[in-house]
Amino acid sequence: MSGLRRFLPGRSWLGAYAAIYVGFLYLPVVFLPIFSINTAATPKFPLSGYTLKWYEELPHTPALLDAAWNSLVVGISASVLATTLGILAARAITRYRFPGRRTINGLIMAPLVLPEIIVAISMLLVMLQLGLSLSLFTVVLGHVLICIPYSMTVLISGFEGFDRSLEEASADLGESAFGTFRRVTLPMVMPAIISSLLVSFTISLDEFIIAFFLTGTEATLPIYIWGQLRFAAKLPGVLALGTLLLVLSFVMLSIAEVLRRRAARRTSNEGGLYA
Amino acid sequence: MPERPVADRPMIEITNVTRSYGAFKALDDANLVIREGEFFSLLGPSGCGKTTLLRMIAGFDNPTTGTIAVDGQAMEGIPANRRPTNMVFQSYAIFPHLNVEQNVAYGLKRLRLDSAEEKRRVEEALGQVSLNGLGKRGATELSGGQRQRVALARALVMRPKVLLLDEPLSALDKKLREQMQVELRRLQQAVGITFVLVTHDQYEALAMSDRIAVMFGGRIAQVASPKEIYQRPVNRQVADFLGGMNFVKAEIVEEQGASLVVDTLGFGRIKTDKPKAFVRNGSGATLGIRPERLRVLWDDSSAKFEVSGKVVERHYFGEITHLIVEIPGLEKPLSVTETNDFGADDIPVGSSIRLAYDPEALVALAD
Repeated sequence: MSGLRRFLPGRSWLGAYAAIYVGFLYLPVVFLPIFSINTAATPKFPLSGYTLKWYEELPHTPALLDAAWNSLVVGISASVLATTLGILAARAITRYRFPGRRTINGLIMAPLVLPEIIVAISMLLVMLQLGLSLSLFTVVLGHVLICIPYSMTVLISGFEGFDRSLEEASADLGESAFGTFRRVTLPMVMPAIISSLLVSFTISLDEFIIAFFLTGTEATLPIYIWGQLRFAAKLPGVLALGTLLLVLSFVMLSIAEVLRRRAARRTSNEGGLYA
Repeated sequence: MPERPVADRPMIEITNVTRSYGAFKALDDANLVIREGEFFSLLGPSGCGKTTLLRMIAGFDNPTTGTIAVDGQAMEGIPANRRPTNMVFQSYAIFPHLNVEQNVAYGLKRLRLDSAEEKRRVEEALGQVSLNGLGKRGATELSGGQRQRVALARALVMRPKVLLLDEPLSALDKKLREQMQVELRRLQQAVGITFVLVTHDQYEALAMSDRIAVMFGGRIAQVASPKEIYQRPVNRQVADFLGGMNFVKAEIVEEQGASLVVDTLGFGRIKTDKPKAFVRNGSGATLGIRPERLRVLWDDSSAKFEVSGKVVERHYFGEITHLIVEIPGLEKPLSVTETNDFGADDIPVGSSIRLAYDPEALVALAD
């Protein structure tokens, strides 16, 4: 430590750098809620006064409610599908050794780093080739694709180190294969599964590009927001909606992370041989 | 506590059991009968097939050929969850999402006992392993020794005909391990259940077992009581695996039925029992003598049988001293362990000493 400190330009500089770094990351995010409770319709300092009217107007906007409902349907469908597929893949990758295991793992994770717009265009082409008409269903398919890598990351960390002898111990104590799954396997990986559902739902809820390309006439929340941005007068409403989405995402991802850690802690059978 | 007598009734019969993985035989034509109420150990280095055999008794693996019977019943086709055996796993495999009580009651749930009876049996099992009062403790809040006890209680509460223990003490530190050896033996004597222990620790096997099977490379080399295994190992491998052994080259003079008369350079002419697996290969033979069976002779004391030599190394181990002694005529120096009561720790390196031995302690070993 002391060796490292000699090369650093003093503690105050380091502190300032850290403050600027965090500020750059989060300041824009902080503007959103601030302007969402401003009485003026234009986001400008100084603030003209405090109001919640932009929030109160939200439930009285039918187009917004439709978009929220669509997002909910897409989010739930995509998260359930992505998590189901993720469970199967994560179980296979963590439990079995088979040829091409690493390659398959890599390919499943790839959408994480592919340019989203390219993925969106490719999927649009595929959907049209397949003769599927664009709808919320095609959005779900697109979202499953981008949710799976996140879902897999969470699930693998929950499944990894699952001590196989736990399932053997259950069988040894007289439990059937199904009973073992119900009484040992499922409770142990449940936090990871819920975590995966929350993460996938959040990703789907916030996702714009793929939804924009693959939806027909039905808007999801991000598409609705994008549409509203053309009207300056609607901006405060958008800011209020954005604030709500932000809070919701933050809360869900926090819960997901807590659950993921709990799952990872549970499956690593502490003590014993690897203590 | 008097020793519980072992019934002369077979509990586990292993007949011509082989387990192959392709060309590799993890277990090669094993034959073994473990008696009811016996504390039996499978002892050997890693990869000798002992765990494979244990897992086949439990039902986690199946013989490629051969049969396993438990209490007279053939186990072929019977899955692990319907066998009258329970296992203590090497990693203990405590269910981390359940507390101690729930772990112990896990197998009982399927028996659908009434709740008072279930509670009574859980309490009894926790008492047997001295975990009274820890029932509500979470599985992740336990020490290594406590986890081991929970694993034991969880298996014992099922009242199995056979309790299988897969290296149960290997994760514990030395002091706790020695304490648990005594406790495990005491527990087995109290409950009278047949215990089958897998271990690579010879002292563990010697301290706890009624009988031991020593295994090497998928084969059972010797099955006998701890004392016989230690004092009369059948071959060099067994002798070498169980503690120290001095090997002495000998020339066969003659074979007399079950006895062997040999000449050695250091110890002269010796008559000894012929080991069962002995195959005469020319006129050469190997004898073995344990380091503690060679006693230092002090000053002018003498013994009927003695050899003399020169101390070349001395190692101090607290209660004993380990001497390396060169004997004229022997190609390898002898290891001698002597208690320190009479000052063996002060014998100078380079000094001449005389060693007494009992010719009975020299045993012929098959190769």
